[in-house]
Amino acid sequence: MGDLQVKKQPKSYDAVIVGSGAGGGMATYVLAKAGLKVCLLEAGPMFDPAKNTNQLKNPWESPRRGASTKFRPFGDFDGCYHGWEIDGEPYTHKDNTRWDWFRARMLGGRTNHWGRISLRFGPDDFKRKSIDGMGEDWPISYQDIKPYYDKIDQLIGIFGTNEGLENHPDGIFLPPPKPRLHELMIKKAAVTSGVTVIPSRLSILTKKINDDRGACFYCAQCGRSCAVYADFSSGSVLVNPAIKTGNVDVIANAMVREVLTNKDGVATGVSYVDKNDMMEYQITGRTVIIAASACESSRLLLNSKSPRHSNGLANSSGVVGKYLHDSTGTAMGGVLPELFDRKRYNEDGVGGMHVYSPWWLDNKKLDFPRGYHIEYWGGMGQPSYGFGMGIQGMNGKYQVHGKKKEEGGYGKSLKEDQRFFYGAGVGMAGRGEAMAVETNYCEIDPTVVDKFGIPALRFHYKWTEHDIKQAKHMKDTFREIMHNMGAIITWGDDGTPENEYGLEAPGKIIHEAGTVRMGNDPKRFALNKWNQAHDCKNLFVVDGAAFPSQADKNITWTILALSMRTSEYIIDEMKKQNL
Amino acid sequence: MDRRKSLKALALGTLSAGVLLDACKTDDKKAADTKADAGPGKPKIDRMAEETEVYNSLIGKQFFTAHEMATITIMGDIIIPKDDVSGSASDAKVPDFIEFIVKDMPQHQLPMRGGLRWLDMQCLKTYEKAFKDCSEQQQIEMVDKIAYPKKAKPEMAAGVAFFNLMRDLVSTGFYTSEMGVKDLGYMGNRPNQWNGVPDEVLKQYKLSYTEKELKECVSFDKA
Repeated sequence: MGDLQVKKQPKSYDAVIVGSGAGGGMATYVLAKAGLKVCLLEAGPMFDPAKNTNQLKNPWESPRRGASTKFRPFGDFDGCYHGWEIDGEPYTHKDNTRWDWFRARMLGGRTNHWGRISLRFGPDDFKRKSIDGMGEDWPISYQDIKPYYDKIDQLIGIFGTNEGLENHPDGIFLPPPKPRLHELMIKKAAVTSGVTVIPSRLSILTKKINDDRGACFYCAQCGRSCAVYADFSSGSVLVNPAIKTGNVDVIANAMVREVLTNKDGVATGVSYVDKNDMMEYQITGRTVIIAASACESSRLLLNSKSPRHSNGLANSSGVVGKYLHDSTGTAMGGVLPELFDRKRYNEDGVGGMHVYSPWWLDNKKLDFPRGYHIEYWGGMGQPSYGFGMGIQGMNGKYQVHGKKKEEGGYGKSLKEDQRFFYGAGVGMAGRGEAMAVETNYCEIDPTVVDKFGIPALRFHYKWTEHDIKQAKHMKDTFREIMHNMGAIITWGDDGTPENEYGLEAPGKIIHEAGTVRMGNDPKRFALNKWNQAHDCKNLFVVDGAAFPSQADKNITWTILALSMRTSEYIIDEMKKQNL
Repeated sequence: MDRRKSLKALALGTLSAGVLLDACKTDDKKAADTKADAGPGKPKIDRMAEETEVYNSLIGKQFFTAHEMATITIMGDIIIPKDDVSGSASDAKVPDFIEFIVKDMPQHQLPMRGGLRWLDMQCLKTYEKAFKDCSEQQQIEMVDKIAYPKKAKPEMAAGVAFFNLMRDLVSTGFYTSEMGVKDLGYMGNRPNQWNGVPDEVLKQYKLSYTEKELKECVSFDKA
């Protein structure tokens, strides 16, 4: 390390963007299309679904038959690099609390992972404090963001239906796929209990929308990344077209260390370590746009200390890292005896559910303040590691072709059982709005650094009583739906106050937000209503960190809409010479 | 037509549905002719360098002894024998899968190693031979003592736990092999058009699509 030095790039950019996921990808796209010079830094390698996809692989093509590893927690064929554990990049916990921190490291970031569930926030989601007195109102309304949702629907493509539900706004939709068999059964059962069931809203192209992207061919494998770009990922839909403008330099494997500022406190660029050569570099730009994912973005700001920003950049309010919140999540599943010995046909469909339940109740009549939506699954999917296990819990309980059997067993009888039960599974999961509270946070652990020498994060998180009551309601609802359809619950019906009604550990749902929140008061919020730092006018944060609250809706569509809105604002402000 | 070509055609939107479906049929015929049920060969899937490193270190090691592998093979074929529909566990190279998976999932190593030894000791006491050297009848007699959790005697509990694990690994290895997937009748993992639940299936379950669904959802001409 005798010759350690910092290499400075001579070229200066209009925008230096950190992170290539939904937020960073959209900013890159909008700014590059407008003719601005952009440098996009990504902590992982380049990735192109057309080349790197694991689509249409058979289970035997994986030596572990699709089982997960720490590199691919959603299975060996999954299209996302890394997950909750990365060698050499630790994080710690305070007071024995739990937080599982998911980190995608690749071009396109976490958009290579998600279920393509693309939900608009509704009018109420921007003013929860006005409704229930808790949390914060957003500094913007649905009307402010609606034009951007409309543009994104058309630019990226989404299927769904217009239902006229007030807080689940209609959009500009492609036609959805028809429900699968178990989804028809779920719908019938849920509606009996007053639960709304409507077609899913997923960013998957059921019709071709342009010549750069193909249409869905129904392999159910969006999670493996799509070779014909028929679903949304930031790399295929935003960054690739942006690169084609000639205005973007992408630097992959660049782990950003800090945001640089001058003596006036204005951002001048970033410094990063190149993971390939482990050398230190600096990039300068007129604006710095951070979209490294909620926790990573707050870590970067907290690590960017200077005389003018002694508490970390954009943190004179002290809120950076606080109000961290993931979606609540709990699930239940079982088997549908009606589907034993079912007729075989290809029911892969799109990647994910064809129907879902948006929040259907009024919280004023309930003992918890915020809602949730329900996701469903089941049917004759591709077998992978885990298939056929635990048959002893099934074949003694239910008659197979009219015969009562002793549980367990082996041989030809076992083969008969495996065929008999295949495709009869069904399950559901709730995804709810958690309360964003000051006492749930991430901060810099003063004693721990990662392998690049960058101070690591320490987490403190506890579900609130509201979150736990909401989880109880989920379990009660799931049980009722399962009973209505004659399903037998085999797991997940073990909710007690002690186990917080089966709430997943925070971080597991991978919807974290809130750590660099936006609001009008600079004393209580880090960003203004344009995702612009109150303390540093040429610094923007365009990922989930900016969200004061995140509704019971997957946050990607709103990240995209806000990032587009911010990018247009930046272009405008540059024209006015304000930036 | 190979899948990559049909994918490309799909991307370009140049193929009609009929051509596509025919292309896939030819594809199936070809697949049926070639026996591609490889065990843990070198994966032809997208890998990060870190993953390849782990894979290479795993395949560079042998976990089970020849004696243990022989026992796993016999036991595997008792659990999944050949029948009218498909072949046996060893036909589908399930023992190779088990060798790989215990290296990949070290939590299985001790229960498998200890369980195999437990089995041999039981056989030695009863038949004065290791499991693999027992007669077929003796092997089945021993398996019957541990294959039925509810019926098994309390002193057989360790054997029941071992057999449950063995049954799990053999089943999952078999039904994720080419032979096993075909046996189950999984028909997906190919380009196609989802046109809803087949009419005869809807009828069987007394279900139907609503007019709203039929009007709003994407549909394709039926071939």
